[in-house]
Amino acid sequence: MKLSRRDALVALGAMGVGAGGVGVLRERAAESEEAMTDVLLAAAEVVYPSAVTPTREFVSAYAVGRRRFDADAERFERAVADLDRRARHDTGQSFASLSLARRRDVFRSLGADRAHANHGGTTAERVRYYVVDDLLYALFASPTGGELVGCENPPGHPGGTDAYQRGPEA
Amino acid sequence: MSDHTEVCVVGAGPAGSLLAARLAARGRDVVVLDAGPRFDRAEDLQRVERELRPSHSRPDVWEMDQDPSRDGVRDSYSTTGEIDYKLNRARVKGVGGTTLHWGAMTPRLHEQDFEMASRHGIGVDWPIDYGTLEPFYCDAEREMSVSGAPNPYAGPRSEPYPLPAFDPSHSDGIVREAFAEHGAPLHACPRAINSEQNDGRSACMGYGTCQPVCPSGAKYSADVHADRAEKVGARIVDRAPVVRLDHDESGDRVVAAVYERDGERRRVSADVFVLAAGAVEIPRLLLLSTSQRYPDGLANTSGAVGRYFMEHPGIKVVGEFDEPTRQHLVGYETSVSEAFYDHDDGPAGTMIVQPYNDAGEYPVAAALSSRPLSGRLADGDVTAPFASDEWGDALLDDVRERTEGFIALKAWVEQLPEWENRVALDRSRTDDRGHPVPDLQFSVGEHASASLRRAESFLYDVLESAGATEVKTVVGPDEPWFAFHHLGTTRMGTDPESSVVNAQLRTHDLDNCYVASSSVFPTGGAANPTLTIAALSLRLADHLDGTL
Ligand SMILES: Cc1cc2nc3c(=O)[nH]c(=O)nc-3n(C[C@H](O)[C@H](O)[C@H](O)COP(=O)(O)OP(=O)(O)OC[C@H]3O[C@@H](n4cnc5c(N)ncnc54)[C@H](O)[C@@H]3O)c2cc1C
Ligand code: SF4
Repeated sequence: MKLSRRDALVALGAMGVGAGGVGVLRERAAESEEAMTDVLLAAAEVVYPSAVTPTREFVSAYAVGRRRFDADAERFERAVADLDRRARHDTGQSFASLSLARRRDVFRSLGADRAHANHGGTTAERVRYYVVDDLLYALFASPTGGELVGCENPPGHPGGTDAYQRGPEA
Repeated sequence: MSDHTEVCVVGAGPAGSLLAARLAARGRDVVVLDAGPRFDRAEDLQRVERELRPSHSRPDVWEMDQDPSRDGVRDSYSTTGEIDYKLNRARVKGVGGTTLHWGAMTPRLHEQDFEMASRHGIGVDWPIDYGTLEPFYCDAEREMSVSGAPNPYAGPRSEPYPLPAFDPSHSDGIVREAFAEHGAPLHACPRAINSEQNDGRSACMGYGTCQPVCPSGAKYSADVHADRAEKVGARIVDRAPVVRLDHDESGDRVVAAVYERDGERRRVSADVFVLAAGAVEIPRLLLLSTSQRYPDGLANTSGAVGRYFMEHPGIKVVGEFDEPTRQHLVGYETSVSEAFYDHDDGPAGTMIVQPYNDAGEYPVAAALSSRPLSGRLADGDVTAPFASDEWGDALLDDVRERTEGFIALKAWVEQLPEWENRVALDRSRTDDRGHPVPDLQFSVGEHASASLRRAESFLYDVLESAGATEVKTVVGPDEPWFAFHHLGTTRMGTDPESSVVNAQLRTHDLDNCYVASSSVFPTGGAANPTLTIAALSLRLADHLDGTL
């Protein structure tokens, strides 16, 4: 299943970053946003299950989009940049240009695969919080991700009061 | 700064806000002082994220202090008794009080709860009966827009519920017959959550994060009445903890509430003072307000201030099923049984039993928390200490395994009033303003423990009859969970020797000092207390309006 811009907007809506908010973007060079989207998309391909296919538009609309309104935006940007920097340091290449296996190695080399998420912690902990966990949050707090585990209205998503009454066959 | 008002209310939770809104609407001059801030509800969605991401902790959501063992912090407390109680998970300070966080389940007490001593020889009788409170229950249900349907076990009602009940969940259906078979048929669960759009607030949108935050506003919280009070002229002062009450020379009247704000000490003088700061902070404030006349604390001639603390201890039993159980699709429980409320029927001891809709982990929690090492080791995975957290398809399998196929049942029980269970002061420690912190000392007691053991065996029977393949006690009678209901610490009674307030909620000692709180409950029943708190508050508003 392809994750669309719409999926991202649904996820964003659940976080209060509604369409109305999109008009008041923080100033940021389009270039740096492109670069962040590259890294995040590449990271999403590692952390998401194969049942969903992350797309540029999904990642850009969700992960980058929501941070535009966030007090934490700088930490987020730093975490994304740190991940890319580690890839260049370890392999001489950008994170996004690596194979899936090499990307996993980069996460491991950072320690992000064992780190506890902490938005104010070490590089590994921040990468875990802002890259890995942010992407997983976008997926599993949305109906698309919830559905993968039989929970089409997961906590955090305002999906109404019918879902809980329905049986699995419905 | 000094101010005079007719009514000074200490605390802007439901007890204080409902009373303030009612009296201000009747033209009374009202000032409300609350220790905590006024929260910006536009930030609720960020609160949802703080709740859902496992790297944040619960008290974060409403800015309660997380490490109460540190001195010099606003919410510091001690627990020198048997139970290491998580007080800061059990309360919120701010306009709206703990209802910002609550689950909004609103049963009434039953008729027998008011007469436990004369009917069953345990606890004490209340000085008022169910009939006295019934019209105020209706009033409170209207004010809080309760959704519900009458059930055969509760006391008589003179009015229908304001809003229709929520329908039962799919998983309630899986255990429904088994509950009935074992003597406790399920019925609708009353909730102060809008089942329909109502009173300018949204209908439930199914965010599923009611505890600790409802971003749609469908869940009632007392900031609704704080706002309403303000609109009709009440003044609400936030970040204004009251640190003592001063009395006149005769010791018969309170003359001022002393509070601290912006580094200054200020006073509000009033004709009448209503203490509505919750059943921990009310006794603390009285115990802090010592004087020559009242060396053991204000209104404490009986010595009962802070005594008879009660909670609702509970257990949780989880069954695994071979079919999908459809959990985590809504944030509250949709069925309940008050059948075992009756002391003489079913398992003895008053209890409420309930199927939950949130068994297993929710998807975000399962996805964001690496599987605990101990769990992997217990499963025989010896590589666990060297393994990294799995992502991609392995993660999905793990999330599935941890979220699907469970049903959780809970029960909570009445705890009897015991003199030894108490809120005292810990004079060896101080808060951010240099005042001694509250010290919660209590144990569960044999009566409640026995009820919990009976509840556990009942819940096993239900899950086994419903076809669970495995049943396990997650929280058992030896170390129960607590419902976060604080009761009894300024008990109501007719005898000034053994109680703190009279049937009108006025302190026996002082003519113009009243208490609106579950701290006045002489016994606690098993019903969640807040609807009763609200009913008592509205009754007090009537009384004060008549006497001022
Ligand atoms: C997680 C959770 C779930 C719950 N679920 C339910 C439920 O489903 N049903 C139910 O009936 N109950 C439930 N409760 C309990 C319910 O929230 C309380 O019974 C209710 O909020 C008590 O109302 P109150 O106004 O007496 O006190 P509170 O709501 O605690 O408000 C007291 C206010 O007083 C203020 N204050 C404290 N000290 C001072 C001071 N010195 N000076 C000035 N102000 C002060 C505080 O800042 C606070 O705002 C739950 C509680 C928790 C924590
Ligand atoms: S489930 Fe309903 S009441 Fe609970 S948080 Fe969501 S909208 Fe609010």
